Amino acid sequence: MKILVCISHVPDTTSKINFTDGDSKFDTTGVQYVINPNDEFGLTRAMWFKEKQGASVDVVNVGGAETEPTLRKALAIGADTAIRVNAEAKDGYQVAKEIANVVKEGSYDLVIAGRESIDYNGGMVPGMVAEMIEANFVTNCISLELDGTNAKATREIDGGKETVSTTLPLVIAGQKGLVEESDLRIPNMRGIMMARKKPLTVVEPTGATVETTTVKFEKPAPKGAVTLVAPDNLDELVSLLHNEAKVI
Amino acid sequence: MTKQKNMSVLVYTESENGAFKKTALEVASYAKAVADQMGTTVTAVAVNANDVSELGQYGVNKVLKISDASLNNFNAKSYASAIAQAAKNEDAKVVIVSQSADSKYLAPILSVGLEAGYASNVVEAPSSTAPFTVKRTAFTNKAFNLTTIDTDVKIVGVSNNSFGLVETAGDAAAEDFSPSLPTSGVTVESVDKATDKVTIADAEIVVSAGRGLKGPENWGMVEELADVLGAATACSKPVSDLGWRPHSEHVGQTGKPVASNLYIAIGISGAIQHLAGINASKVKVVVNTDPEAPFFKAADYGVVGDAFEVVPQLIEKLKAFKAANA
Repeated sequence: MKILVCISHVPDTTSKINFTDGDSKFDTTGVQYVINPNDEFGLTRAMWFKEKQGASVDVVNVGGAETEPTLRKALAIGADTAIRVNAEAKDGYQVAKEIANVVKEGSYDLVIAGRESIDYNGGMVPGMVAEMIEANFVTNCISLELDGTNAKATREIDGGKETVSTTLPLVIAGQKGLVEESDLRIPNMRGIMMARKKPLTVVEPTGATVETTTVKFEKPAPKGAVTLVAPDNLDELVSLLHNEAKVI
Repeated sequence: MTKQKNMSVLVYTESENGAFKKTALEVASYAKAVADQMGTTVTAVAVNANDVSELGQYGVNKVLKISDASLNNFNAKSYASAIAQAAKNEDAKVVIVSQSADSKYLAPILSVGLEAGYASNVVEAPSSTAPFTVKRTAFTNKAFNLTTIDTDVKIVGVSNNSFGLVETAGDAAAEDFSPSLPTSGVTVESVDKATDKVTIADAEIVVSAGRGLKGPENWGMVEELADVLGAATACSKPVSDLGWRPHSEHVGQTGKPVASNLYIAIGISGAIQHLAGINASKVKVVVNTDPEAPFFKAADYGVVGDAFEVVPQLIEKLKAFKAANA
């Protein structure tokens, strides 16, 4: 079985979010990049399939050379090979189109991505890829079992969860639950050394166009200071929530 | 004069057990605002809804009613196909969906099917319809992203609880609609859903608690507070990791996002990953013994105090308030 895990290269959660070029671009100054957390749960699940059920695991990213350390980290965690589509990621459609091409070229059986990236939060690439390659698709996936070409997946729904049966080829948009946080792997020295020798292939993009364009970023208006209410004066809190905030 | 095609704004109005969800009325209100900007009308697609007349009060002019038992279980591919056929039927240039779990599931499939650009997490009516420009959240609520959708047909995913409900006087004409449905390779085996509880996605108020509560046995007062307010209950990541509360209650960056009107955090310090997930809530209240807890910087109202003293008192005060304002 051939698994492809989509790896988004995103700023660490604690990064300061600033913009440059007339607020049209994300300011990368001093920003630490990581594997998108939702993708890391998927990668770890893919490693489980590789070790327990036999599978090859490749990782893919659409981005410039600056994303390669993130792909190397995925290799250090245990992926076999990495593919970087050499194009600046501009919108969900363009990225999906490039990934769909990689999936077709590589005849992957299972594609695992995160439910969304924590930077652009588009939440659309996995579903678009599935539709483009005419594969089955399950989103918000919190559990995935494979038996031959049959799959059983659980997805989070509003107020609960739903279990579905489906078949390969399959695209999964995963999140925490696919594996738990405690299952995530920190690359060890051996993994890091091995990752240096693993193939990282750069492929040229198909030249997919975009469907949406970012015009500008804005930061939320600075928040006012907190209004403190004394613990023995909760009538005031109730009154503020009713009269000032108008939420009760 | 040749008959012009309608080109109405199409909105997918989600229902559950035949009744429209609140998000359905919100996206209908949003669709009405877009239609007014474009000088056109609103057509809704409803699947297995009992009474569609309610949509008229939120600006819908026409409802394409789909009644099909095979759609009782949600199926993203089938639903996306039905909505795509409705969009073509109406020659709709703009399709509006909510950001419920189901709508987020179908929107990317619909986007490919209609060759329509899709903007998710949109929080305001378009600032312009030519070019079609919307404001969406990015960087997990730490920024907004002004985006143009450049395709002929556009899909807008409206964040829950961002636009609100706008009532209007009007009637919605119902029309039966029978799309041809594709075969889907995904079959629902079972659904596990608490029907008696307010979900975090739909809740106007969320009461959330953290490690400051010291143990799962102390959640009674959190549930009681939620009960008094008609709120959903949630928890911080450490609490779900410790198994004190189910994972489905975990809110934050890797958990569920919250965009309620009021978010009450009890004994939650306010780690950046937690705040990222709940920042879209409009009003935040924190109760914590530690005045240095980072949550106080993110909150609108704060009580520095012991949750075990503050929460029971707050429950009593709110009960009295409810009784006086009933």
